[in-house]
Amino acid sequence: MSARRRSLPRWIEVGVIPIVNVAIAFLIAGLVVLLIGANPLEAVRILVYGAFGYPEAIGYTLYYATNFIFTGLAVALAFHAGLFNIGGEGQAYIGGLGVGLVLLAFDTTLPPPLLIPLAIIAAAAFGAAWAAVPACLQAYRGSHIVITTIMFNFIASALMVYLLVNVLIAPGSMSPETREFAAGGQLPFIHDLLASAGIEMASSPLNVAIFLAIGCCVLAWVFLWHTPWGFEFRATGYNAQAAAYAGIKLRRVTLLAMCLSGALAGLVGVNEIAGVHHRLILNFAAGYGFGGIAVALMGRNHPLGVILASLLFGALYQGGAELAFEIPAITKETVVVIQGLVILFCGALANLPRAPLASLLALVRRGRPALAGET
Amino acid sequence: MEDWLTLAVLLLAATLRVATPLILCALGALFCERSGLIDIGLEGKMLAAAFAAAAAAAVTHSALAGLGAGLLTALALALLHGYACITHRGNQVVSGVAINILAAGLTIVFGMAWFKQGGQTPSLPPEARFMPIVWPGASAIRSVPIVGPLYANLISGHNLIVYAALLAAPLVHWIVMSTRFGLRLRAVGEAPLAVDAAGVSVSWLRYRALIICGLMTGIAGTYLSIAQNAAFSRDMTAGQGFIALAALIFGKWKPFPVFGACLMFGLFDAASIRLQGVRIGGLGEVPVQLIQVLPYVLTVVMLAGFIGGAVAPKAIGVPYEKEH
Repeated sequence: MSARRRSLPRWIEVGVIPIVNVAIAFLIAGLVVLLIGANPLEAVRILVYGAFGYPEAIGYTLYYATNFIFTGLAVALAFHAGLFNIGGEGQAYIGGLGVGLVLLAFDTTLPPPLLIPLAIIAAAAFGAAWAAVPACLQAYRGSHIVITTIMFNFIASALMVYLLVNVLIAPGSMSPETREFAAGGQLPFIHDLLASAGIEMASSPLNVAIFLAIGCCVLAWVFLWHTPWGFEFRATGYNAQAAAYAGIKLRRVTLLAMCLSGALAGLVGVNEIAGVHHRLILNFAAGYGFGGIAVALMGRNHPLGVILASLLFGALYQGGAELAFEIPAITKETVVVIQGLVILFCGALANLPRAPLASLLALVRRGRPALAGET
Repeated sequence: MEDWLTLAVLLLAATLRVATPLILCALGALFCERSGLIDIGLEGKMLAAAFAAAAAAAVTHSALAGLGAGLLTALALALLHGYACITHRGNQVVSGVAINILAAGLTIVFGMAWFKQGGQTPSLPPEARFMPIVWPGASAIRSVPIVGPLYANLISGHNLIVYAALLAAPLVHWIVMSTRFGLRLRAVGEAPLAVDAAGVSVSWLRYRALIICGLMTGIAGTYLSIAQNAAFSRDMTAGQGFIALAALIFGKWKPFPVFGACLMFGLFDAASIRLQGVRIGGLGEVPVQLIQVLPYVLTVVMLAGFIGGAVAPKAIGVPYEKEH
């Protein structure tokens, strides 16, 4: 017990423990692959090739990573304020609704330079609004944010089904989706941009939303570590009682943190709806909200960590699809298993390697002075 | 009159069938949460148990073997939750999320690898399932007005697990409210320090609560795949674990109110299937989605304290650190 409590040197905390955690998660994923009768090393080879081996794959990897950056950053930002936003799934979904409504209403009337920013703002505003209700209920009525955000995921899903089946469905369409947006409402694909600059690139769903994602990471970093509000977030997350005594208004922090978090999650809608599908469809956000939790935990709630973890999960998504194609025994849900394992070992069981590492360190340190004493 | 009665009986019978997994799951989670551990991994435990039960029943052609596999699987996941949250004092919500996602992935990965039917398990013959039990005299009495349909369609004709779920409510009430274990369980969720000071192990109490929770969610999952249905299909829990969690909160963490909440949410579900496409005079067609979200909306309203208010066990979510 005492060994576990004792603080470890910083390089172990930041450098060794996260890597050990991720390594355990992947080791167990390898065991699962072995258990279903496939060769884990072969699987890794196909996965890496499938994710980075050719230009089209890289495009897909980055496109998936874009979604993970948004949801991962959303979870990370709320974590800093001591809040667990488990509702990224619903906020992303509703964010997409915002994008869809704006583009459906104005795609033929407004010019793109006005239309696209408006769509982005709508995504953020809708996502923020969907997070604001649980935030208010937590701040003013004391209801547990985890439970209310879970409930809001289900409410969002039912709302979207209702809207798409009964209200927004394109006239004459058999499947529940809206009409396609006009060209002005579609974000440019990266391969189109490069082609107009004279560079050939294989076509992929990668679009300019990735720049928005990276911009959000920079802004989040500035916000968290270089503004008074960010300081308030981190102080509240570290010790809410002390923060309250220091004059920080906890309710405001809760509301602001959840709204910003919801806005970030809502931006998934920009990548998916304005960037790729060009129409509002069902379930475009499925899995990214929960994936964001894995990304935030793995990236240790730091924007740079979120980018790296998103790249890894983007690669897993894309490589996983390739893997399912090459080895029939493995399905793309293997990636879901890896996500679960990462959440387990980087999150809930993050303390697992602490005790062994502490004793190992003690062993090394005890050895050294003894040697010095002998000479 | 007769038609109205038949409809009501059918609706109530359907309510019992859909409420069964909710009741088992929510009452299992009641132990867990009253001991001070948040359990949002109900969905995952139930899904994994459903898969294990169907897989074992498909291989062995025995419903009991299926039940055993379901129990063991959910128990293993519950113990994993305990290992992370009690032994390593990890974040309980994170652990629950991990269990849900792991179960969602593993059931499909193993299902595809073992049975190669797109994530489904082979369809089970009657002897590998828990089949409806027809009570003595049900067919003879069926034609008697009022009592007949009530006895034949509502009381008789369910499988063993449905009756077990109905018995679970008074049993759980007795355990939690009237036994020494129950008293300690409630105490450890409110003031673990006091329980520790009294010389009772906080960890062992919480592990026992998790074991009960694991077993009950295991039965709930087993019910889904080898009693209510004849096979496992991917994501077959479809949010029922979360509805059970909502029922637990809506019932304010008390056995009989939780039981009532499960029946109510079950009724919503049964009604939403019946009301599909039905026009109600003056209102037009009731959107099915509206009835489907009612459990979630009601729980949010309840949590916000607008109807009665729900107060969680005081120590919930806080890992206990034994002092020296």
